[in-house]
Amino acid sequence: MDALPDFQLLRPASLGDVLKARTEYPDARLLGGGTDLMVNIRRGIVAPTALIDMKNVTELRAIKADAKGIEVGASVTLTELAEHPEVGKYYPVVAQAAAHIAGPTHRNMGTVGGNICLDTRCIYYNQSEWWRSANNHCLKTTGTICHVAPKSRGVCFATFSGDLAPAFLTLGAEVDIIGAAGLRTVPLNSIYIGFARQDTPVTETFGDGKYYLSLRPGEFVTAVRAKNISGLRSAYDKIRIRRSIEYPVAGVAVALRREGDNLVDLRVAFTGTNPRPVLLTGTERLCGRTFDERALKGLEELVRDQVMSMKTTFTPGHYRRRVAGVLARRLVTRLFNS
Amino acid sequence: MAKILDITLNGRKRADAVPNNLLLLDYLREVVGLTGTKTGCDGGECGACTVLIDDRPALSCLTLAASVQGHRVDTVESLGRGGHLSAVQRGFHEKLGSQCGYCTPGFIMASVGLLRRNPNPSDTEILDALGSNICRCTGYVKIIEAVKHAAQLQAAGVAP
Repeated sequence: MDALPDFQLLRPASLGDVLKARTEYPDARLLGGGTDLMVNIRRGIVAPTALIDMKNVTELRAIKADAKGIEVGASVTLTELAEHPEVGKYYPVVAQAAAHIAGPTHRNMGTVGGNICLDTRCIYYNQSEWWRSANNHCLKTTGTICHVAPKSRGVCFATFSGDLAPAFLTLGAEVDIIGAAGLRTVPLNSIYIGFARQDTPVTETFGDGKYYLSLRPGEFVTAVRAKNISGLRSAYDKIRIRRSIEYPVAGVAVALRREGDNLVDLRVAFTGTNPRPVLLTGTERLCGRTFDERALKGLEELVRDQVMSMKTTFTPGHYRRRVAGVLARRLVTRLFNS
Repeated sequence: MAKILDITLNGRKRADAVPNNLLLLDYLREVVGLTGTKTGCDGGECGACTVLIDDRPALSCLTLAASVQGHRVDTVESLGRGGHLSAVQRGFHEKLGSQCGYCTPGFIMASVGLLRRNPNPSDTEILDALGSNICRCTGYVKIIEAVKHAAQLQAAGVAP
């Protein structure tokens, strides 16, 4: 009756104990809410010899949010983040993104760290052992070709679909990463390396759907942090096949500042489209004047150039790209006029 | 590898030796023998296995039994005392919120979790709170009526 393979289970209460456990079990996986990892273990996608339960690590369970900034520990649950009054007041994009994740029961379980580092997804990957073996597996597991793009020459196109990443990207967030070598703080955008470019080989700093995080072996994210920017209006929206549980067709976070009739700052970030969350570059070209039809067209061009949806879900890539564009247009227009 | 699990299950303290890889769902059904909690999709997509951990709905099919060490877990068997149905059970019974019944324990526990936090929820709040559960029979209208009815029964003190 074993639904799961056997593994060692460690339940450390402090960060020090987590680091010790990681040294002792180098291939251990960190267990947050388990809403993604447990499913993947059940499906035989991963088979770690040890799991480190992060729910009791008190140092990682705090939310600090006020008019100056926001800092969220990796073991905070998504419900705690979504319902935090100060987060909702000063950082609506974060609270809204958290409230859009999966369903309410999943959010009681899932953690911020888990969502920031969420494994990329694909219809050829998130399947049972039996299904995947009948299809000769795929690049992201033990196979040799990417079934989404069979001519991709070793590049995996699995899609990043975490909702918190785009929200925090629009705030210019940074993350704390801890490992055996100590603590380092890097811009959130720099940990996502799923560029999936077929003209460049996949490396440790330039990855794809399989190597989608720049974390070194043994490292993990402990907190995400951002400063408040006065006058910034922000919001999150996403479209999915049904309004709960389901992963996104596309999700978009927008943050902007308006002075008088002019748009002076615009940040737009997507999830559910590429092997990494995409913070649009070139939006400064749309700033310095009002947000009109011409700017909308400019935004559409940026989306078209940078959003690369492949057939990794049941909805076709070109449809997801259009959804991403429409969502962005609606959200920017709404925030600009609010 | 096994661990001793100390748990307050449906208001009663108990201790069991559980293997590391035992799911809370299998612990409840196979070790304790409480088969009210249902195995549905086995992948966190349907909510049939919903139980309350410290009053918050959680999916027992994705929770390791050993990880609820020291916590309170309530299953559908905790409801109804001395042959009397609880408010939420009566709501689902009287408003026909249950058809084939397979998803019902999960829906009931998600609803109990909601009413413990918010005794008088609006339609939208009910919809949001039941967003992790799927029912293929009722079309959800009756379920929402059932939860509203349960809230009224509770407020009137007719049922606990």
